[in-house]
Amino acid sequence: MVGKTILEMQNISKVYSTGVVANQNVQFEIAEGEIHALAGENGAGKSTLMKVLFGIETADEGKVILDGQPIQIKSPLHAIEHGIGMVHQHFMLVPSLTVAENMMLGLEPKKHGLIDYRRAEAFTREVAEKYNLPIDPSAKVSSLPVGLKQRVEILKALSRGIRILILDEPTAVLTPQETEELFHQLLAFKEQGNTIIFISHKLGEIKQICDRITIMRAGKCMGTYDVSTVTEQEISSLMVGRDVILEINKKPVKRGEKVLEVKNVSQMHGQKKALNDISFNIHKGQILGVAGVEGNGQRELVNLLVGKTFVTDGEILINKVSLRGKNVKKIRQMKVSHIPEDRMIDGAASEASIEENIISDKNEAKYLNKGIFMNWKAIRMMVDKMIDYYRINCDSLRQPVGMLSGGNIQKVVAARELARRPEVVIANQPTRGVDVSAAEFIHGKLLELRDEGTATLLVSADLNEVLGLSDDLIVMHDGEIAAYFKDSAQVDEKELGMYMLGSEKMTKEEMGGLFDE
Amino acid sequence: MNKRNSSARFEIIRTAVAVAIAMLVAVVIIFSVSEEPVNALYNFIIGPFTSLRRIGNVIEMACPFIFTALAVCVMFQANQFSMIAEGSFFFGALCAAVAAIKLPEITGLSPIIALLIGTVAGGILGAIPGFFKAKWKTDEFVISLMLNYVALYFSLYLMNLLIRDASAGSKVSEKFQDSFQLINLIPGTRVHMGVILSILMIIIVYVFLYHNRWGYQLRMAGCNIKFAQYSGINTFAVILGSQIIGGCIAGLGGAVEMLGIYNRFQWTSLPNYGFDGITVAIIAKKSPKLVPIAALFLAYLRIGADIMSRSSDVPSEVISVIQSLVIVLIAANSFLSGFRHRMLVKESMKKPMVEGGNEA
Repeated sequence: MVGKTILEMQNISKVYSTGVVANQNVQFEIAEGEIHALAGENGAGKSTLMKVLFGIETADEGKVILDGQPIQIKSPLHAIEHGIGMVHQHFMLVPSLTVAENMMLGLEPKKHGLIDYRRAEAFTREVAEKYNLPIDPSAKVSSLPVGLKQRVEILKALSRGIRILILDEPTAVLTPQETEELFHQLLAFKEQGNTIIFISHKLGEIKQICDRITIMRAGKCMGTYDVSTVTEQEISSLMVGRDVILEINKKPVKRGEKVLEVKNVSQMHGQKKALNDISFNIHKGQILGVAGVEGNGQRELVNLLVGKTFVTDGEILINKVSLRGKNVKKIRQMKVSHIPEDRMIDGAASEASIEENIISDKNEAKYLNKGIFMNWKAIRMMVDKMIDYYRINCDSLRQPVGMLSGGNIQKVVAARELARRPEVVIANQPTRGVDVSAAEFIHGKLLELRDEGTATLLVSADLNEVLGLSDDLIVMHDGEIAAYFKDSAQVDEKELGMYMLGSEKMTKEEMGGLFDE
Repeated sequence: MNKRNSSARFEIIRTAVAVAIAMLVAVVIIFSVSEEPVNALYNFIIGPFTSLRRIGNVIEMACPFIFTALAVCVMFQANQFSMIAEGSFFFGALCAAVAAIKLPEITGLSPIIALLIGTVAGGILGAIPGFFKAKWKTDEFVISLMLNYVALYFSLYLMNLLIRDASAGSKVSEKFQDSFQLINLIPGTRVHMGVILSILMIIIVYVFLYHNRWGYQLRMAGCNIKFAQYSGINTFAVILGSQIIGGCIAGLGGAVEMLGIYNRFQWTSLPNYGFDGITVAIIAKKSPKLVPIAALFLAYLRIGADIMSRSSDVPSEVISVIQSLVIVLIAANSFLSGFRHRMLVKESMKKPMVEGGNEA
């Protein structure tokens, strides 16, 4: 039971200035009153297509037809006028302003030339009530949890008379409970006769709330299907062209001796205690997962482990050697590898070539230098091998890294960090924003190293990843370890969410296994 | 055609078009202000090639440009926007002049010692903004700009104190000892040994940046300093070192210019070679390989403008119009980008899609 077509995108083509063809003759069509999933790997062109629809990007070819009328969308303002709104993956809110101020940004009600805050708040309350999305209009956005920030974004779009709402991977940052709540809201919004475009690559969620699905792959449209008649396997094979193993196969854990010991570490961040008395051990051949809502001390912990900040309170030992006073270079020499949280900030230099990016940590090694000169021949041989082995998709090893897709950049980072046979791997969001096949590949490499005896700390916001990949698991909340699960495979997601949100906390005794010798 | 080549080719086309547009504007200006535009244009464009002496003029003028531009290349590649090349050039020249007057003559070694002194002097000056940046994160741009005036007046003070020729009517130093002067290479011109040195310097800087690990670390820190820190590269050393190296090269350039062209120190204000070096480095896209071409081009414009102003009614200031236009057009990222985009669309749509090789 599909309603009448409300919006059509015909033969959309978009080429970015880097020469990347993001959309090639894409057909996309949605019906009134449905939740329409737009699925595909990262880099398949979903976001680009939606940016074209929302007026952020201009298509090089093709047209958009709304209610049977061809329209030109030149800017987001245009799109909003046509009733199309978008909630971005990264929130476009001013954190230092209140909810009401954010809602009214650009349309502030004025009184005597000044902003009328009372009216702004009343308006916000009114919209919130109308859509049954309660929020405190006077709260500062920076103080809100992620789920509520997203709600502000949605309300902001709705308050401008939206009837087609685009959501770009809305659940990526939410806890399981928050996701449930969002889905309720979306279904209610749909009941009111509105239309939602739901960008996602989480098949379970698509199955749960979407009516139809359009699948994209490599910039092309792979067809539109009724969600009720298509299986998860079919969707994933359309997305990646082969069946993705949704479960991670791994061998049973073979724990060796203790490699990484963290003892009573605390760390201040400004006035706040970012880490409070953290202790855990990681053994040879073990992957310890760290789950938790972002900003609960994970970043501070990683920074201490890799030498970006110095240990001041407590002790960290690697193979019985203290990290006190050791900088990044010295810690790297102790065979510690680090996959950073954000590949474009720390992980890569986008203007530099692939080869230059891969040798950044080992440029001083004897085998890559001939006296005072760099041995480019040896470097190229090594990098060529890595490109092959890590299946990095590129034109040549001299290509600037910034021209590669996200997944391939991450593979460059992974190649640099994992090919050096590390004893300790600190992997922080190792597959964030990369396509399914690249993620699977990186997971495979991490497991390979684990089976060879590497001790790994895996910090990830992706629950699937952290549950599937790690052997045991700690949950961080507010700078403390809130829970410890001995077997990640047995963790219940709902229970995990309670610890992540801080509504429950294990006692030291319950976490006993964490401090095993 | 791989993407790196095609974008390098595009940069060359873009530079050429920028130069052509600037020249065209110059021609229009000349035609509008001059009563004898053909004569003026002839002198401007063909003038520099009409005699050996004039060709020599172009080469000897390019020489200091090459030094300062190389200094700027090193600092800019490290993402350090120090303007110290100007001050280092001046201070290096003064110190070399003091050496050439005060030091005892040693056969064969005299100029080398003076040049080394100029190099070190320039390096010391370059270290100051570098150290402040590395240690306290002060802005190297502001500090170096201010420091240039300190260098100017301190140098003039030293000149007055140590080497001023009291018998001369103007503020000039005593004459240099003969053995300190750089050898002339081509009789009938002032083309001196320093030109060879400048070529050598291009090679050294190129090899340093692209074939040495410290040069590599410097470039990586320049591309993304957080990435360099994350990789374990000593970014303190890069920030300080790049500015010391830049100062040294500029100081050497000043010393070379002083001992190659002049026989006494006679500057009373900053000669502007440091800022011209920035112009040249920008035209050369921070690449040492392209520095000689850009330096010769700027020298050719300057000499051409000079000849034109002497033999026609057009003032040489026209040249600054061209110079600024070229820089504006090259520095403007979006200039011709529409053309490039159309080229790309055409090329990319023909190519079969590589799976997983694209980005949304």
